[in-house]
Amino acid sequence: MARLTGRRLLAAVPVLAAVTFGVFAVAAASPFDPVRQYAGTAGLTASQQTLDQLRDNLGVGGSFAGRWWRWLTAALTGDLGDSASLRQPVAQVIAERIGWSVLLCAVAFTVAVLLGTLLGVAAARRQGGLLDRCVTSVAYALEAAPPFWLGLLAIWLFALHLGVLPAGGLSDTGSDTVTAGSLIEHLTLPAAVLALSQLPWFVLYVRQGVGDALHEDPVRGARSRGLSERTVLLGHALRSGLLPVLTLIGSRVPELITGALLVETVFSWPGIASATVQAATATDFPLLAALTVLATLAVLAGNLLADLLYGLADPRVALEEM
Amino acid sequence: MTARTGRRAAALAAAGAVLAGAAACSAPSGGDGNGKGTDSLVVGIAQEPDTLSPLLGYGKDGNSKIFDGLLRHDAAMKLQPALARELPEVSDDGKTYTYTLRDGVRFSDGKPFTAADVVFTYETILDSKTNNPSRGELDALKSVTAKGKDTVVFTLKYPYAAFAERTVLPIASRAVAGKQDINTGAYNTKPIGTGPYTLTNWSKGEKLTFQANPRYWGGEPEVKKFTMAVIKDDDVRATRLRTGDLDGAILPPNLARTFGRDSGKKTLNAKTNDFRGVTLPTENKVTGDKAIRRALDIAVNRTAMVDKILDGAGQAAYGPVPTDSPWFAKGTERPYDLDAARKILDDAGWKPGKNGVRVKDGQQAGFTLFYPSGDKLRQEHALAFASDAKQAGIKVTVNSASWEIIEPAMKHDAVLAGGGNPADPDFDLYNLLHSSLAGDGFNNMARYANKAVDQQLEQARRTNTGSERKAAYDTVQKELRDDPGYVFLTHVDHVYVMNDSWKNVTTQVEPHDHGLGAGPWWNVEDWQRKK
Repeated sequence: MARLTGRRLLAAVPVLAAVTFGVFAVAAASPFDPVRQYAGTAGLTASQQTLDQLRDNLGVGGSFAGRWWRWLTAALTGDLGDSASLRQPVAQVIAERIGWSVLLCAVAFTVAVLLGTLLGVAAARRQGGLLDRCVTSVAYALEAAPPFWLGLLAIWLFALHLGVLPAGGLSDTGSDTVTAGSLIEHLTLPAAVLALSQLPWFVLYVRQGVGDALHEDPVRGARSRGLSERTVLLGHALRSGLLPVLTLIGSRVPELITGALLVETVFSWPGIASATVQAATATDFPLLAALTVLATLAVLAGNLLADLLYGLADPRVALEEM
Repeated sequence: MTARTGRRAAALAAAGAVLAGAAACSAPSGGDGNGKGTDSLVVGIAQEPDTLSPLLGYGKDGNSKIFDGLLRHDAAMKLQPALARELPEVSDDGKTYTYTLRDGVRFSDGKPFTAADVVFTYETILDSKTNNPSRGELDALKSVTAKGKDTVVFTLKYPYAAFAERTVLPIASRAVAGKQDINTGAYNTKPIGTGPYTLTNWSKGEKLTFQANPRYWGGEPEVKKFTMAVIKDDDVRATRLRTGDLDGAILPPNLARTFGRDSGKKTLNAKTNDFRGVTLPTENKVTGDKAIRRALDIAVNRTAMVDKILDGAGQAAYGPVPTDSPWFAKGTERPYDLDAARKILDDAGWKPGKNGVRVKDGQQAGFTLFYPSGDKLRQEHALAFASDAKQAGIKVTVNSASWEIIEPAMKHDAVLAGGGNPADPDFDLYNLLHSSLAGDGFNNMARYANKAVDQQLEQARRTNTGSERKAAYDTVQKELRDDPGYVFLTHVDHVYVMNDSWKNVTTQVEPHDHGLGAGPWWNVEDWQRKK
């Protein structure tokens, strides 16, 4: 297990280097000018001399490879640089925001996994039954629904039409303190939408896995030994049916990140996603690179987690061969 | 490790991760959770500031809630003393400005305000290492020195009559900002000023909250709590205003009209210097022709644009100076006259060709007009301009693009430009028209060159007498009528809808740039609740 982790960590180094190089290359090829973005409306009355001086100060001149190398060597010494678009050190931008994103994602993911497993098992128990047909058809419909659309729908229904939940933000508009109560109230809609967008994959995988396991020899053996249906379902069928779900948990991480990106934007949730959008549109190189590294790390860690969980749940899997 | 302990470890790790996530988010709690009281105000704004540091350009036109300048504007845009005790003493050659500072003013952290803070603020902005995109506005300033604790002397490179208008810019605290990286330090988000309000929280992308400064030298404001919610989408802003979430908001005219019958709300139209106009590049063979320029200038139907595009919330523009400004040169209005425009073109040899487009010496009377993509207001102005030009036989091809694409094309192609600063006519006229600034960044985009205009613009800077300056700017506006470098179309009103529950709610003449200080809340510190 330690060797697998170590090997994956080593492999992450070239991957991260390549990904950040790609970010700098793509940003350099975009038609957007970081100086113009930085200056904003003031740039529309600025003299050429001021603009040139800004270009110098921001360090956005020269080739993108050179900029990337300067960024990389500084990042290795722990200096992530300064975000031009937010006028703050990158480390501070991330520290201020990542907690809110982690909270949103963790709550949504936990709900999706638990609810998905529950519904999946319920549907698998009687495949073709009324409950199964309802659950699977809703799951397929949700699978096709983009998270921002679900978000807008939720705002329309709960915030505008029923008026029971706030439409966005972290706390009430007139208040600047975040209390537990108002946080839960404001977290409900975005977390529910994000969970809903992840739910169908878990439901369908669990349903399929448990359904298949119910027809396998160990389950038939257990049934013939007279074990209770509950023991058979939870002890035998669910255990082997969950295997594919464990790999799914890791592979859903990228989708979770893009989902959070859209959900945070729709609900003006002050997480890392809105900073990502701003960094991209303002070609804010240091911030964009750091955020890309974070997202890549999350994906790599998700894959590693999936493999480790798989190995733990099924002793037949040899981790050393992964 | 066995499978069982491994599972437990994994479960613990997962639980730990969730807890760590939750702990990382435990923002300070407390307070009543809902700030809506009788002494609080929540307004919706469309644009969020990049920074709250005056050293990087925040509040440069005055009215910043957290800071004060040496001077400030009153409702009529007249200069009044603020941190200075009175208006500055100007030397006879117009190159030295001396300010005496108000006694006993303290920053919100309790430190006294002195001349050193003024010197620090101006010197930092002038420093080329400071990333302040508006530095050029202090171009005239050579040096600033403190004489004792309460006198500051500004020395200029050239006589500049409008300089006092620049000293509305907010004064930062040297004790706090001086110890930080100016470009990225905490002062950008946690500013310390002398102003009527202190910033209590800035949740980026969501809102800024302010609290009344009990030690404010002008007296503690009656509106104790002031929140600016950042809501980019016009419809969402209107919806939240309707649900009572907001007390006031800036809205486009058509949305503001839907509040017309609401008795608890009132609509305020702020007059502005915010113009929309078309640049006529001198280096383009068609737009550089004086006949074409004069014909276009009277072939556009400005009144129709105000009625149709702005829903009446605006006025026809004949130059950067609005017609209701005291600086406007009466008699330079140009009424819509299509026949006269056609006659000018006929006389100049632009003969009607195929498809109604005029031709002269094989050259078609046509050019491209760019507008920044996504700007609906400029798009509508551009299309209206093109359709009016077509009536006169000039073919305008309208194109949208980002500024990155428009900038290199500006030399030859027309642009639907916008801008305007009401503080002094020099700010707009000099930058738009002086030939020395032709093609310098976004100054003088049309590369307009007119010797008489240059000379009058310089003359107006050198004189401190109001009547002489007025005469100079009158001449400039008359030259602009006879040889237009731009076709100015409209001045756009900014429209706000407010709960009708305060006294003293007014608007100032507003600039193009919507800073946080623009809007009816420009003087929120002076408001009182209606009983």
